[in-house]
Amino acid sequence: MEIKPQMFQPLPDELQAYENTSPPAHGYWKDVWSRFKKHKLAMTGLIIIGLLVLMSVIGPCMSGHTYYDQDLSMVNRAPNSIYWFGTDALGRDLFTRVWWGARISLFIGLLTSVTCLVIGVLYGGISGYLGGRADEIMMRLVEVLLSIPFLLYVILLIILFEPGLKAIFLALGLVCWLNMARIVRGQVLSLKEREYVLAARLLGISKWRILSRHLIPNAMGPIIVTATLLVPEAIFTEAFLSFLGLGVSSPQASWGVLASEGMHGLRNYPWQLFFPAFLISLTMFAFNFVGDGLRDAMDPRGGLT
Amino acid sequence: MSENSYTFLIMLILSICFYIFMFIDVSRKGDSQMGYFLRRALTSLLALWLIVTITFTIMHLIPGGPFASEKKLPDAILRNLEQRYHLNDPLYKQYAGYLINLLQGDLGPSFKYENRTVNSIIREGFPVSAALGSLAIVLSLSAGILAGTVSALRQKRWQDYTVMTMATFGFSIPSFILAGLLMYVFAYKLRVLPSALWGAWQQAVLPTLALAALPTAFIARLVRSSMLEVLRLDYIRTARAKGLSESNIILRHALPNAILPVVTYSGPLIAAILTGSFVVEFIFAIPGLGRWFVQSITNRDYTVILGVTIFYSAFLMLMNLIVDLIYIAIDPRIKLFDSKEV
Repeated sequence: MEIKPQMFQPLPDELQAYENTSPPAHGYWKDVWSRFKKHKLAMTGLIIIGLLVLMSVIGPCMSGHTYYDQDLSMVNRAPNSIYWFGTDALGRDLFTRVWWGARISLFIGLLTSVTCLVIGVLYGGISGYLGGRADEIMMRLVEVLLSIPFLLYVILLIILFEPGLKAIFLALGLVCWLNMARIVRGQVLSLKEREYVLAARLLGISKWRILSRHLIPNAMGPIIVTATLLVPEAIFTEAFLSFLGLGVSSPQASWGVLASEGMHGLRNYPWQLFFPAFLISLTMFAFNFVGDGLRDAMDPRGGLT
Repeated sequence: MSENSYTFLIMLILSICFYIFMFIDVSRKGDSQMGYFLRRALTSLLALWLIVTITFTIMHLIPGGPFASEKKLPDAILRNLEQRYHLNDPLYKQYAGYLINLLQGDLGPSFKYENRTVNSIIREGFPVSAALGSLAIVLSLSAGILAGTVSALRQKRWQDYTVMTMATFGFSIPSFILAGLLMYVFAYKLRVLPSALWGAWQQAVLPTLALAALPTAFIARLVRSSMLEVLRLDYIRTARAKGLSESNIILRHALPNAILPVVTYSGPLIAAILTGSFVVEFIFAIPGLGRWFVQSITNRDYTVILGVTIFYSAFLMLMNLIVDLIYIAIDPRIKLFDSKEV
């Protein structure tokens, strides 16, 4: 049979879309979101985080008191209509201080998490992708650092940098990326054997581009879960350090500082401990639930085929 | 001074490199178990040396020196003090001196307490901390394994939900806050337990609970998930098919395998108990090493911080080594070198 040009016709417009080979861009994340929405505890956690963030923005200006103004005629008052959460030993409004502390604690949590995300993803990604001797040396270093009891070194580093916000960031940033690096490396190691990476290599795409455009986006699930769980851990650690007197200094307040101040007056003025304690625990809850929910939602066995 | 710092930096880097290469050698394949452990022990020692160097460097980089305080000392006294503690010597000499003393087991004097040495502080504080820590470890292991097992056996029933909710609580409340709450409820409101000090068994209850809560929660979750996995395996079905009693299946067949992850966790568990003890001992005024450590941080008592950090690090590394040994001893499936190849 002879093939003539008349036998062919152009594709109708509505089928044109099939010619476009790139997959829909948001499929996976839409899936994740729809699965996440069904997770009740995780959604509750997300709403709590939203509320906490909102309150940390507007809370400090709601009561008309500042976080540093002292009123020595009004020390250690129980919660009342003027001071909603009561006052502390220097007559400062606890309501304002608690939400001011929320700002600082959440800020520390988020920034630490982002710092570790960046360092950990770069380090782990490079190590996993290079493989071989380089990988071995890079991972040995991580193992050595992991074998050192890290909290002791955070304490030493903070003493070195003089206690304060900057010191806490530096110290946490220096140690918290280790686990992230290990997780990313593990992901990259298994992903780089996949066919699409081979295809990308055959197409002559540079190593850096394969890493940044193919490997890391595909490893994003575990990375985001780890980063989410890092936030409460950083807040936890900050509270712990503040308790040892290595946190931000007065009149600044973080939840850890407030809790440790509250501990002094525990016998007679328990609300000074209860409010920050409640908020710290609530934040832990919320982030842990969201982390768990994300893990369930991103589990590749859940739907990606 | 700056020249000294350079020497130091170079020394530090050299020791790090040396250490890394030693470590790589450990992963060499086809070695006897004995050789493996000898080398593990050797690398632990090297790691310890590295830790000593890092700690020493950090302590000497701190601006102001150990005698800088609000009250300024007269120059003559300062000079005498520095003379006495060899602070005027070049840094490498101080470092060498410290290392030599360390090898003889001497961690040096305290700068703030005239008649105490770091050794005497450790000798006094560590037994108390060790007692408290062991109590907390025993509690968290037994309660955690029990709760995790029950929750796995009663999956998706009220027992499971109760345990998991409590575990989430244990996970979310920092130990110092839990300590405060326990103290408020049991010591101040109900007045059934003492709020401080150490000696009688009543005084151990609250600190142990505060210290054990977080590890218990973690262990319960760990055991639950591994138990669920183990119960699905074929050999459990075989055991059931043989007609063994349920308690026999759980206790003799499932549990030994299900608690393997707990053994892996015991290294971090000890570390968590140890750091938790800082705040818990501080809050309950227990005269343990953790409280001394916190106090020396507040006082900026450098030699004590240095000495106790080194002691803690050595202790944790020893524990990790022991945990490794136990793990390999109890699980015949472990092949020493496979894990390195992943």
